[in-house]
Amino acid sequence: MHIVVCTKQTPDSAAKLAVDDAGHVSWGDSPIVINPWDEYAVEEALLLKDRIDGDVQVVVISMGPEEALEALKHAIAMGCDRAIRIWDEAFAGSDTLATSYVLARAIEKIGDVGMVLFGKSAIDSQTGQVAVAVARRLGFSPLTNVIKIAEIDGASMTAERLLEEGRQVVQAPLPAVVGTTKGINEPRYPSFMGIRKATRAEYPLWTAGDIGAAADKVGAAGSGVRWERIFAPPAREGSAEIVAADTVEESARILVDKLLAEKVI
Amino acid sequence: MNFELAEEYQMVRRMVRDFAEKEVAPRAEEIDATDTFPVDLLRRMGELGIIGLPFPEEYGGSGMDYMSLVIALEEIARVSGTMAIVLDAQTSLCGEPIYLYGTEEQKRKYLAPVARGEKIGAFGLTEPNAGSDAGATQTRAVRDGDEWVINGQKIYITNGSAADVVVITAKTDPDAGTRGISSFIIEKGTPGFQPGRDEVKMGLKGSLTSELFFEDCRIPAENLLGTENEGFKQFLRTLDAGRVAIAAMAVGLAQGAFEKALAYAKERHQFGRPIAKFQAIQWMLAESATDIEAARLMVHRAAWLREQGTRFTKEASMAKLLATEVSERVCWKAIQIHGGLGYVREAGVERMYRDQRLCAIGEGTNEIQRLVIARQLLRE
Ligand SMILES: Cc1cc2nc3c(=O)[nH]c(=O)nc-3n(C[C@H](O)[C@H](O)[C@H](O)COP(=O)(O)OP(=O)(O)OC[C@H]3O[C@@H](n4cnc5c(N)ncnc54)[C@H](O)[C@@H]3O)c2cc1C
Ligand SMILES: Cc1cc2nc3c(=O)[nH]c(=O)nc-3n(C[C@H](O)[C@H](O)[C@H](O)COP(=O)(O)OP(=O)(O)OC[C@H]3O[C@@H](n4cnc5c(N)ncnc54)[C@H](O)[C@@H]3O)c2cc1C
Repeated sequence: MHIVVCTKQTPDSAAKLAVDDAGHVSWGDSPIVINPWDEYAVEEALLLKDRIDGDVQVVVISMGPEEALEALKHAIAMGCDRAIRIWDEAFAGSDTLATSYVLARAIEKIGDVGMVLFGKSAIDSQTGQVAVAVARRLGFSPLTNVIKIAEIDGASMTAERLLEEGRQVVQAPLPAVVGTTKGINEPRYPSFMGIRKATRAEYPLWTAGDIGAAADKVGAAGSGVRWERIFAPPAREGSAEIVAADTVEESARILVDKLLAEKVI
Repeated sequence: MNFELAEEYQMVRRMVRDFAEKEVAPRAEEIDATDTFPVDLLRRMGELGIIGLPFPEEYGGSGMDYMSLVIALEEIARVSGTMAIVLDAQTSLCGEPIYLYGTEEQKRKYLAPVARGEKIGAFGLTEPNAGSDAGATQTRAVRDGDEWVINGQKIYITNGSAADVVVITAKTDPDAGTRGISSFIIEKGTPGFQPGRDEVKMGLKGSLTSELFFEDCRIPAENLLGTENEGFKQFLRTLDAGRVAIAAMAVGLAQGAFEKALAYAKERHQFGRPIAKFQAIQWMLAESATDIEAARLMVHRAAWLREQGTRFTKEASMAKLLATEVSERVCWKAIQIHGGLGYVREAGVERMYRDQRLCAIGEGTNEIQRLVIARQLLRE
């Protein structure tokens, strides 16, 4: 059985994003790293591999240009068995609709897939749509916000989902798409053996032709979203005031008055 | 010609930085303030393979190389000088001589657990009357049947009082000068081996700097490390690598202090503008960045020469001399840029200043480095 992990490369979370007048987004010389949320997905896949009896291979995939290799290498260094990069000039400009199509085609090509794991969202575009879209395209059980995989066997799984109201326990047949969330595990550091493997591993590239992708379903042609204008949100203006009084009670009274005056409470 | 770090090293740096920021940095201030030995962090560095970086997997190592260790030391020192010296003593001073000169059996028995951080390691060379003049060692080892009997004292031994495995030097032929010194491996708990007190130091607080006493301490004959009477030559070679390690630690401390200074210079406003707008501050930043760049290049080159298997005695001493003077200057400027806050504990730069001060003393003082460099120059 294959467990597939979908991962994306993103700028480091410490990067300072800038948008110029033409709408080009840049992040200085900040390094490109694996999307931090995807480390939870990789970790969970590695843990599952140890839990499931039988021959399980963890395959990590990413749709993206050359930089996507960074994410794939990190995943291999953590312990994934193999990595595939999926890219074609025709994929440029893909939105979540097109991205999910490409990923679904690639997952079909991998074959014998029991589970597909995703991060919570990508820290750059942050739509959180890709996991469910891929599930829908493949007809897999979609489970998002998964905080715990309680049970799993060859045919079904029980998972706990973290919702605003609390935890929900659900059961689903395999194959399933699992959207992980923070807290599901503590991602391991890459091991040094893994680092050696990652720098020597082969990273096959699958193009549109390799996965049998239709030209009108990928890239800008296959996308429903158009970006009319990209701009940085206006900087937030604000001022701070420290309430100083002789006693705590006095400070509290002044604070309450001010909050009432501002109609905050 | 390529000055870029190979991808593998970049990944090592990223991994160790991640560990250092997540698990070491949050503890650095507390380790300094309480002066307690962070044995759990030492074990963790073993578990993660950081201690074992330069050793092959069959001896508990990670199968990387010395260059990787140098990078790891930079990253650990960037957040905590204490953890860097602990790592240095464990890997470079204790593990390295066992790896270089140990028998197959010694490597399995002693190196493997030291590399995995299961056992704490130390290296005892310095004595009350043998510091820079390490050949003047007075500790004696006398052969008695199947055993060696050790008598003497060591001082300033990093990790010393906690060590499970200590590599020491002792005179085996008192009339032969430096050609009469040998190395031995001593285990904690051996009758006659007793740690003394731990020094209270200016910096690197939390690292142990201990006295070790040997009184009719009997160890099996097979605990001789390397060849009898070649101990002096052996530790000179160990020290070449050790000097690069100390230099890497100095680069890391300088880097950490510099980053704090750079951030602060942009944040702190005086006379209606960030202090980074003042040329006086800019010059300090520019000089510091240049200094660090130069020191790091020399350290990496010395480590690279070692990987090539060529002699690197001169380059190791040069790297140590430069890097440790750079750390002094850079940390001094980092405090200066912070103004009063720099002198206050909270900012963390005064800790780095105190920590880096050892780098110009340990593993051969900078005067000794100049002497080594000059000797090599005049010989060439
Ligand atoms: C080169 C490139 C060009 C782009 N151009 C456009 C464009 O022109 N117009 C536009 O609308 N958008 C564009 N995008 C953005 C793109 O639509 C989204 O990045 C993508 O659909 C994923 O959405 P998201 O980032 O919100 O991911 P989310 O849905 O928030 O991510 C959830 C999870 O999905 C997985 N995932 C996400 N993306 C990938 C991927 N590429 N490969 C493998 N797994 C993945 C990860 O596990 C991730 O944690 C571009 C992206 C890239 C990389
Ligand atoms: C925190 C710490 C950790 C240490 N860890 C270890 C350890 O793990 N293992 C270990 O074996 N040792 C360790 N040491 C000892 C350290 O290596 C010695 O302190 C160092 O080598 C200097 O020796 P010394 O202190 O005897 O100084 P001395 O040799 O007495 O030097 C005093 C001064 O004289 C100068 N001097 C000496 N000889 C000459 C000369 N020929 N020409 C010019 N100037 C000269 C020196 O440069 C110095 O300025 C540690 C020391 C400290 C402080």
